[in-house]
Amino acid sequence: MPQILLPAMSPTMEEGTLAKWLVAVGDVVKPGDVIAEIETDKATMELESDDGGTVTALLVAGGSEGVKVGTPIINIAGEDEAETPAAAPAPKATMEEPKAVSLPERETPGDDNAPVAAAPAPDIAPGPTRRQTVREALRDAMAEEMRTDQTLFVMGEEVAEYQGAYKVTQGLLEEFGGSRVIDTPITEYGFAGLGTGAAMGGLKPIVEFMTFNFAMQAIDHIINSAAKTLYMSGGQMRCPVVFRGPNGAASRVGAQHSQNYGPWYASVPGLIVLAPYSADDAKGLLKAAIRSPDPVVFLENELLYGQSFDVPEGDHVVPIGKARIVKAGTDVTLVSYSIGVGVALQAAETLAGLGINAEVIDLRTLRPMDTATVLASLKKTNRMVVVEEGWPTCSIASEIMAVVMEKGFDDLDAPVLRVTNVDVPLPYAANLEKAALLKAEDVVTAARTVCYK
Amino acid sequence: MARSTGRKAASAPPIPNWPRPDEPERFVASRDQLLEMYRQMVLIRRFEERAGQLYGMGQIGGFCHLYIGQEAVVVGLQAELIKGDSIITGYRDHGHMLACGISSKAVMAELTGRAAGISGGKGGSMHMFSVEHGFFGGHGIVAAQVPLGAGLGFAHKYKNDGHIAVTYFGDGASNQGQVYESFNMAELWKLPVIFVIENNQYAMGTSVNRASSEDQLYRRGESFRVPGLQVDGMDVLAVRGAAKLAVEWVRGGKGPLLLEMKTYRYRGHSMSDPAKYRSRDEVQAMREKSDPIEGLKKLILEGGHADEAALKAIDRDVRDEVAEAADFALETPEPALAELHTDVLLGTY
Repeated sequence: MPQILLPAMSPTMEEGTLAKWLVAVGDVVKPGDVIAEIETDKATMELESDDGGTVTALLVAGGSEGVKVGTPIINIAGEDEAETPAAAPAPKATMEEPKAVSLPERETPGDDNAPVAAAPAPDIAPGPTRRQTVREALRDAMAEEMRTDQTLFVMGEEVAEYQGAYKVTQGLLEEFGGSRVIDTPITEYGFAGLGTGAAMGGLKPIVEFMTFNFAMQAIDHIINSAAKTLYMSGGQMRCPVVFRGPNGAASRVGAQHSQNYGPWYASVPGLIVLAPYSADDAKGLLKAAIRSPDPVVFLENELLYGQSFDVPEGDHVVPIGKARIVKAGTDVTLVSYSIGVGVALQAAETLAGLGINAEVIDLRTLRPMDTATVLASLKKTNRMVVVEEGWPTCSIASEIMAVVMEKGFDDLDAPVLRVTNVDVPLPYAANLEKAALLKAEDVVTAARTVCYK
Repeated sequence: MARSTGRKAASAPPIPNWPRPDEPERFVASRDQLLEMYRQMVLIRRFEERAGQLYGMGQIGGFCHLYIGQEAVVVGLQAELIKGDSIITGYRDHGHMLACGISSKAVMAELTGRAAGISGGKGGSMHMFSVEHGFFGGHGIVAAQVPLGAGLGFAHKYKNDGHIAVTYFGDGASNQGQVYESFNMAELWKLPVIFVIENNQYAMGTSVNRASSEDQLYRRGESFRVPGLQVDGMDVLAVRGAAKLAVEWVRGGKGPLLLEMKTYRYRGHSMSDPAKYRSRDEVQAMREKSDPIEGLKKLILEGGHADEAALKAIDRDVRDEVAEAADFALETPEPALAELHTDVLLGTY
């Protein structure tokens, strides 16, 4: 008897909402009939039946959230077995609770081990917060700023009617209309240039790249047209444009769709480069980026879009150029940014079990980089590991290590180590991809090495 | 020579049924208008000659692309724009700046890399801007100005301020993909942009027909429904007539228009051009038969608009202005070393 399992409907989908059944027990379906609506992390999609037959059981109730990919959802009896529905299991009464983010909760600093003098203040704004995904936080940042700044508009592929390829611009078209939320043709070079020109002409464009991999077609405008204009014009001409979109590896999308451009853009004077990890920073930094008079490259991460964090209510703006001590510690400093912060936090948890109290720093801004916070932490821990979801060569890790050599040499009790992706184009095969990507256990090993434990 | 797309006989494509402008007419200018256009063209010519000399003396560094021969294009077009319109071009930009009314001293001082230059000495020949004059560069990457110019047009439309953007680029740039990405979006969104191809026949050393499968560049917008006109870019009145029509079309909300200006540069692509790709005779013939300044001069004299003495007076004033600009550009100081670090970012972070 055919049983349909909830399929993965996007590369990063791990679970979905079974929004609505379009068939009922006893209905006869043909192959290709739409049987249900499934909401994924990206869109609402229709699920078609591959088989024909009679529906004998709905195994998951309509409206169920957090249904894991691979969960059996419906039984369909083929024509020759339609009379034997008894074998079907009864519909599950309760669904598995939607699982929260699998990343470790942030530890609050200030436990017994924290040093008295150098304890950094927990970098979390006081006041009411609400639980939000990174995706929602980014959308809110844009919407809030668009409400107050009429020169602000969003352009990119599928940002309007499709509601964003990754749903980041969801609802913006409805609220702000087609003159401010603009679907472009697939023409990165062209629309990056057009957006940059609009910034020169006095507007405030947010140019969304579906992913930063495609921005390579447009990089000339980001660097030659946007970043250098102020300098080349002797300070006359501003170019306040925000280029944003997902960056870094997603999931099983192979080499051309999986690359971290942080180090590329961070090497360019005239650009601001931001790469937040949490939803609160995503929101606060995107608002800061929009308000900045300078061109900004804002690097998001597809795998973080669906993760939830506490986001302060109200006009939450995070200053550009300030790193964040995500977890205070005393024994070793783990420096990271974007999705690497989650890996570093995971490693810190393991290290805590081994008696090593790691401090985790989220750079948040890659340019201008907050080296003061990094060096202050090193002064305290005397040991450092840089954690980066990206290639090791000429990386942000390389830069941090150079800064530490130049300005923190006397504070070092061990060489700084870097834990990164493997130095190869990202492979497709699941096992190879896993082997190529940044891993918490490697961070643990590196931290133990620099602690000589 | 001015002709609209598809008007020619058998080999030309059929006339498409979307709207297109009428045939432009040669501009009928008043005496003052004629003399002003003459003055501007002579100013550009003399300025560029002087820049060439300063380059030869080692006073101007790097790349230096002279506009000599092409003066009628920018002078004819700029005459039809109004304050608040935006223009943008590539690296052969000195003439455009002068035609925008930017001080010759500030331009020349930029060429010599001085603090008083329009970009404070940080831009050089290819990277000059004056937001005040609606001049948005001065861009060194071939064809990058085309989407940027479309973006300036987008900003005008977004602000609904009634202004337009004029985007100048060369025949070489017309083979870059981003030009067509820009045509597509400009027509799709009916942006108020005039795309001007200054076809001076050579992209560096490669002639148009060696580089372009469709060498009638005014047709290059056809697949995007951007109507095109081909114009004699050596005749400032033909240029101005076409500009008038184009400005009306674009300002009237009908979307972008493409003007191909058939022109010619007498000098090399840049100052380091070996000039092996064309004959001296070809250049000489063009100078003798089609020079835009001589052509206008003849028209002024023969039409009795002014006498030789009046033109000589203009020539003299221009010579003085250029000499003054050159002296200034050589005497005024280089930027202070502290300027190295300024203007990288506006905000403090």
